[in-house]
Amino acid sequence: MAVRHTDILPLGQRPPLLRLNHVDKIFGGEVVALKDMTLQVNQGDFISLLGPSGCGKSTALRVISDLMHPTRGRVEWEGDHVRGDLGVVFQEPTLMPWATVAQNVWLPFRLAGKSYGEVKDDVLEVLRLVGLEKFLNAYPRELSGGMKMRVSIARAIATNPRLILMDEPFAALDEITRHKLNNDLLKLKAKIGCTVIFVTHSVFESVFLSDRIVVMAARPGRVLTELEVDAPYPRGEEFRTSNEYAAHARRASMALREAMGEPA
Amino acid sequence: MSLADDQTLAVTETRDEDEIRRARAARMERVAKWALPLLIMALAIAGWAWIVVANEIPHYILPGPDRVWDSLVTDWAMLIDAAFLTGWITLAALTLAVVGGAGLAILFNQSKMLELSFYPYAVILQVTPVVSIAPLIFIYVDSKIAGMLLCAWLVAFFPVLSSTTLGLNSVDHNLRDLFRIYGATRWQRLRYLQLPSALPYFLGGLKIAGGLSLIGAVVAELVAGTGGIGSGLAFRIQEAGYRLNIARMFAALALVAAMGVFIFAALSVLSHLLLRKWHESALSRET
Repeated sequence: MAVRHTDILPLGQRPPLLRLNHVDKIFGGEVVALKDMTLQVNQGDFISLLGPSGCGKSTALRVISDLMHPTRGRVEWEGDHVRGDLGVVFQEPTLMPWATVAQNVWLPFRLAGKSYGEVKDDVLEVLRLVGLEKFLNAYPRELSGGMKMRVSIARAIATNPRLILMDEPFAALDEITRHKLNNDLLKLKAKIGCTVIFVTHSVFESVFLSDRIVVMAARPGRVLTELEVDAPYPRGEEFRTSNEYAAHARRASMALREAMGEPA
Repeated sequence: MSLADDQTLAVTETRDEDEIRRARAARMERVAKWALPLLIMALAIAGWAWIVVANEIPHYILPGPDRVWDSLVTDWAMLIDAAFLTGWITLAALTLAVVGGAGLAILFNQSKMLELSFYPYAVILQVTPVVSIAPLIFIYVDSKIAGMLLCAWLVAFFPVLSSTTLGLNSVDHNLRDLFRIYGATRWQRLRYLQLPSALPYFLGGLKIAGGLSLIGAVVAELVAGTGGIGSGLAFRIQEAGYRLNIARMFAALALVAAMGVFIFAALSVLSHLLLRKWHESALSRET
């Protein structure tokens, strides 16, 4: 089961993958973390959930990954949803410190009952995709923050998941590493054609990476508006410095300010 | 040519005064770590010998270090037999403490009901001084060996239980979520996530349990006396005391202390070997 490639169709022509249908999440009967969230995710989308803290971005991810049940509403997957259909990258690399890089990437396979021998080639391939094939036997503590995050990404894509959830994965990294990883993430996505939901509170990151930005507001956490970033991929440094990028960033900033309750 | 020269120059120049001072301090510390305790021991022994001689203290009150050494040499066969017995009880009790303590911790971790039911009793067993339970144990347990093992186990299992319990519950919450997302079974979570996470905690508890099982074995011997099973070090200390053979008391005591140090050192090495590749406690930081 080598890493497969799926072609990405233009926005508007993509087949649906899953749908959040009027999802509410209420904690302790009073704290409304998510109110009436409806979102259709299509195959090949790169969606950013952009918003201030407390807007329910992370709650939305937890509901999608079935770590939480919605209080009301439903998450509907297109077709059968099986385990391994989901890859997750957290804000911290979340590697097992006692295991080598290869063993960490093996984890999702191992939990599905596969021996290392059976999936060795897949492990090698995803590590090659994130540029860490030379670090198979290294322990996480021997790696830099950015490298650990690459291992985490390799683990998330290893099983060919239908959807990859990323919860502010680069927020704790320095700006230079973050730029590099943003570029590499786009290259990786172009190679394998996966679908990504990416939580961030950075306007620039969301504009650079995604083709759909879902702007969320807090108290109660809800979807405020959705913006399309129709700039074509591949995007690189020339996009980062283009007028088009600046215009998108301005629009996203204004939406975010509105989400924070400030006059636009 | 000049480039190479410059580079050598640069290399020598990078060791500035601070670093030289730090290197010197590190070297000193490495030597002092061994030399200072040995020096203190030598001074203490010399002081002890001097006090005995200067005050003409009779050897049946306080023997000098020379007499203790003589006793160690002449009674070596008897003392080493006694050390083997005490050591055997200690190690067996420690093994049982590991099996029982870690086993209970895993059971408690898997079943909240079991934990709620039995944890308070584990605490009660631990806080009741073993000296006060030991006489009762020997009334009801016929076999001296079994009684001694039970005493030593009672003292030693709790640190293993409590630290392993803490470790099993100290799993990174994101990793726990990840295991849930990948649909891990309870057994997979225990084996691939909780047990490795608990290992450093378990090893910490084990180091404490090692010392405690020796204490438990010594207490048990003192209470049990000898019953045709040979005599351990603690019993030899007591017996030598009755005979006013104070030198042998010291000699046996030295062996008990040496045994304790050995157990601690062995468990520290074990802990280092198991953790050196990944755990913070076993890593030396460069800065």
